[in-house]
Amino acid sequence: MPARPERMTDRYSAWRLLKESLSGNRGWKPAWRKPEPKASYDVIIVGGGGHGLATAHYLASVHGITNVAVVEKGPIGLGNGGRNTTIVRSNYGLPSNTRFYEHSLKLWEGLEQDLNYNVMMSQRGVLNLFHSDSQRDIAARRGNSMRIQGVDAELLDREAVRSVAPFIELDNPMFPIFGGLMQRRGGTARHDAVIWGFARAADRRGVDIIEHCEVTGIRREAGRVTGVETTRGFIGAKKVGVAVAGNTSRLATMAGLSLPVESHLLQAFVSEAIKPMIDGVVTFGAGHFYISQSDKGGLVFGGDLDGYNSYSQRGNLPVVEHLLGAAVSMIPALSRLRVLRQWAGIMDMTMDSSPFICKTPIDGLYFNGGWCYGGFKATPGSGWCFAHTIARNEPHAFNADLTIDRFRDGRMIDERGAGPNPWAQ
Amino acid sequence: MHLIPCPYCGERPQDEFHYRGDATVKRPAPDAGEQAFYDYVYTRANPRGWHDEWWQHYAGCRQWIRVRRNTLTHAVAASAGPADALPEATP
Repeated sequence: MPARPERMTDRYSAWRLLKESLSGNRGWKPAWRKPEPKASYDVIIVGGGGHGLATAHYLASVHGITNVAVVEKGPIGLGNGGRNTTIVRSNYGLPSNTRFYEHSLKLWEGLEQDLNYNVMMSQRGVLNLFHSDSQRDIAARRGNSMRIQGVDAELLDREAVRSVAPFIELDNPMFPIFGGLMQRRGGTARHDAVIWGFARAADRRGVDIIEHCEVTGIRREAGRVTGVETTRGFIGAKKVGVAVAGNTSRLATMAGLSLPVESHLLQAFVSEAIKPMIDGVVTFGAGHFYISQSDKGGLVFGGDLDGYNSYSQRGNLPVVEHLLGAAVSMIPALSRLRVLRQWAGIMDMTMDSSPFICKTPIDGLYFNGGWCYGGFKATPGSGWCFAHTIARNEPHAFNADLTIDRFRDGRMIDERGAGPNPWAQ
Repeated sequence: MHLIPCPYCGERPQDEFHYRGDATVKRPAPDAGEQAFYDYVYTRANPRGWHDEWWQHYAGCRQWIRVRRNTLTHAVAASAGPADALPEATP
């Protein structure tokens, strides 16, 4: 089917900016409508986060399926879409992951033109530090694996690390820095703009984005999905795609399925705004800590899971203490800064730290989840692959390995090799 | 910060403990079949609410204990030794 063209009025451009500025800025319209739900749709996407909205956009723009609704229990983008640390990269070692995340990174590279929206994609580089000979060997192996698969990777020695990140303490007595693995095409994007951009692009092709509409049940007949029960009544659908990472187990329970997933907390922090200090993204190799600087000047950083099942969306102090300790070991100058805000999101932690985008035993029901720490960078790739899987009723080669059945079949994608302990991934 | 009531040491801060996962899963009998072992290793109820779980008091008595904790509010309702049962249900 040919893709339906988007509405050309309302297009953002320099010309439009000039025109609106000369006419008192009275011509701007809301970026998406607030429609009432119709009785039924061809496809309903549950979850108005980045992944759900991206799925709707690619269903409409790539597959020509525009009779689509995205239903969201609150306003869009207030889950992990608004709680992440905005990092984009594809520096994985295992081919199943590299294939998928590299496809996602390529979509990021053209996303602004595709969406006609400035998502502030900024390829400033992602640097993973290492602190010993054996860590260097592992970094080199991962870098080689990436390069064999056509992804950029560069092994930096100490002096090269010093030149790209002069603020790092290279001679920490416990964790001296030997070098780092750099992916220069990695970087950051503006997380809220990604949500708004996908929402606007999907809406312009006719997708209904229905906010404040919580799914309370998944209706099935004879092994086939027929629609969703919501707080705004039943909505019929030929196909239902679930993209609610953090709450995937709850939706699975509504469909009578059990998943190899636990929900865990991941915290993030932002400091007071300072002048430009950190150019790209830097990760510490001797503890779980990573940092970048937002365009507003705040340092954005995060670390490890809190380590126990939780749906609370608020983190706890032991992790704060560990993380700030790692921060000051890596960049002593941070001890003079104050933390401005701290928050937590709920991660779908799988048993091998990799996600799933796949069909389920119920016809017409598809699941997208298990994103662990990696959901934000996956946003366009996840939506693209999920749209393909829903439209064709079969996975694309990019997500063919990302199934739930892989645990049963012994085909885990265990990037970290931590065993079936979600809190240890 | 969670305060976890260790049955042996009393209420102690969370960072004296390691989390050891869902305490409702039980190792099946050796002849229970593939599905039972698959569920034991991988499938989790992952409830939003009360959850029975293992914690190890590694910086205290080093015992593994059972704790009933709410995954939405972080309230702790009960704890028990490794061979003891938690109360039937928590409202």
